[in-house]
Amino acid sequence: MIRRTLLATVAAGLTLAIGAPAMAQDDPTKACFVYVGPIGDGGWTYQHHQGALALKEEYGDDVEIAYQESVPEGADSERVITQMALSGCNIIFTTSFGYMDPTNNVAAKFPDVKFEHSTGYKREHPNVSTYNARFYEGRAVVGHIAGKMTETNKIGYIGSFPIPEVIMGINSYYHHAKLANPDVELVVTWAYTWFDPAKEADAARAMLDQDVDVITAHTDSTAPLAEIAKEGGSAWGFGQASDMAAFTTNDDGTPGPRIASIIDDWSPYYIKRVGALMDGTYEQIDSWAGMPEGEVVIGEMNDAIPDDVKAEAEELIASITDGEYHPFTGPINKQDGSAWLAEGETAKDGTLLGMDFYIEGITGEIPN
Amino acid sequence: MDLNNINPILLVASIMISATPILLAALGEMVVEKSGVLNLGVEGMMISGAVIGFIVAINTGAPLLGFATAAVAGAVLSLSFGILTQVFLSNQVATGLGLTLVGLGLSSLLGKPYEGMKAETLPKLDIPVLGDLPVVGPMLFSHDIMVYLSLCIVVAVWAFLKYTRAGLILRAVGESHDSAHALGYKVVRVRLLAIMFGGACAGLGGAYLSLVRVPQWTEGMTAGAGWIALAIVVFASWRAGRVLIGAYLFGGISVLQLNLQAAGLTWGVQYLSMSPYLITILVLVFISSNRSRSNHDAPANLGQTFHATR
Repeated sequence: MIRRTLLATVAAGLTLAIGAPAMAQDDPTKACFVYVGPIGDGGWTYQHHQGALALKEEYGDDVEIAYQESVPEGADSERVITQMALSGCNIIFTTSFGYMDPTNNVAAKFPDVKFEHSTGYKREHPNVSTYNARFYEGRAVVGHIAGKMTETNKIGYIGSFPIPEVIMGINSYYHHAKLANPDVELVVTWAYTWFDPAKEADAARAMLDQDVDVITAHTDSTAPLAEIAKEGGSAWGFGQASDMAAFTTNDDGTPGPRIASIIDDWSPYYIKRVGALMDGTYEQIDSWAGMPEGEVVIGEMNDAIPDDVKAEAEELIASITDGEYHPFTGPINKQDGSAWLAEGETAKDGTLLGMDFYIEGITGEIPN
Repeated sequence: MDLNNINPILLVASIMISATPILLAALGEMVVEKSGVLNLGVEGMMISGAVIGFIVAINTGAPLLGFATAAVAGAVLSLSFGILTQVFLSNQVATGLGLTLVGLGLSSLLGKPYEGMKAETLPKLDIPVLGDLPVVGPMLFSHDIMVYLSLCIVVAVWAFLKYTRAGLILRAVGESHDSAHALGYKVVRVRLLAIMFGGACAGLGGAYLSLVRVPQWTEGMTAGAGWIALAIVVFASWRAGRVLIGAYLFGGISVLQLNLQAAGLTWGVQYLSMSPYLITILVLVFISSNRSRSNHDAPANLGQTFHATR
């Protein structure tokens, strides 16, 4: 199969080289995906792959998909992306931050192939677009739920690395918890990893031992939820990146420890972009979509959450989805008490993308 | 920062749980290295133990049976390393690294259908009298059986190496396989047994991860624990008691720094996370800078291939 593709590629390459017109109209559009982890990671890569499958489902025989799992960031990825471009991919999605430079390097050599890089900011060539999702909108909703659910008034956040993306999430989570419950206190622990189940569980344990009873994670595994489950219904957590529905009920059948989740849904974006490529309306873009576009979704809230809190959360989701409400709407001060957003003012995207400060009320410093 | 938030009882209890997987794996590896074999496949054996233990525990509902099978699986996997290095005289470093890769790949293949499932975990023991003591009771005497088993293995390994004839033979094989061979000891057999013991311990350590510490299966879940176990053996300069100290120090610092963070300390946390590795490097430097010491610590024939000439 691979050999046939390779031969077909060589043939296509020769055709192009001698200046013949491009492929016939009825050839399927080939969309290729480069993944940083295994598709069974239950989180980040799993969700990207679900998007790829949704794309195939949407267009059927008009689209062909191909993917490569567990591609290390750096030089190896450049080789993989080049290989994909050579094997006839029309559009290549590279789904991790570390593929940023390799994607741009390969794009320079293949001007007829479209490249889409996730979570980066470099678009050095007209055929490179970037896309990301506004995860902080989801953090706002789970923050509200956390503020209402906590009984100890201590909520926790397992940070991966102190980068703007994570700090944005922490601020959004805390801000909305505080709006829901003025007495709330936030505890942040940094795991310095995206994926290390034992360490993630230890981080959750450290917070649980210090009376934190609602925890959200910015790491990729389900380990924090497994650790929270040991509390047997006195502590709560959220699914991260994926729904993590296996943790919706405790062993004894009571609801928890996962009471809701933030789901990254890439399928609308993949369907839109490949669709645009097929009908000729494709343009280079820098996409940062969220709840309105259906890229950030709150997973089912289970029965541990009281009905009135559920209703408030639904209302919050609706107002963000309608575009009525921006999760960073003033008045919000910075941690040191200086003004950041005035009454009614909303945060600019540029500030968010470079966010390096906590908002007022969060204790502790951001490590460098 | 409010350090009063850290409850020392809970802290010590969680350190004991956190350190158990690396303690088991490091003890096994120490015995292997004492026999003169360097097995770099600890990570692979751990993760195979983790997945096999999890699968058995899910299908039978008996976590202890999961542990037993994980130990057997680790031993069987390590036996492949043993046969390659001891019988076919392959390079130990390369074969050990290969074993790690095989273990990682095999475990992700076997574990695919078990992702997102929940297994029954080991119950906490209810030890009469001791468990009811104030402070010490919840701190030390309210764990699951594997924590105590790992401590028993520490004592057993120490006593075995120090006081038994078999332990003496194992050390002799590690120090000078030619002399041991000349005296009529079966070098290859002794080493194969040591390798299998190491595999079984690594398997138990892995199963402790997937069945107790993070009660679930996730691909790649050991995330480097096997390499830490290897570092602990060096840190401990090949002594059982020091392996215990090393494992509790490595596990302890990891848990302590997270607790300090949760209590609000932000300065120096990274340095604290780094410290066990820095100490290991210092120990290595110390060992290798002091000729007379190095002779007493690392087994003299560590990592060398044995080929009987007569």
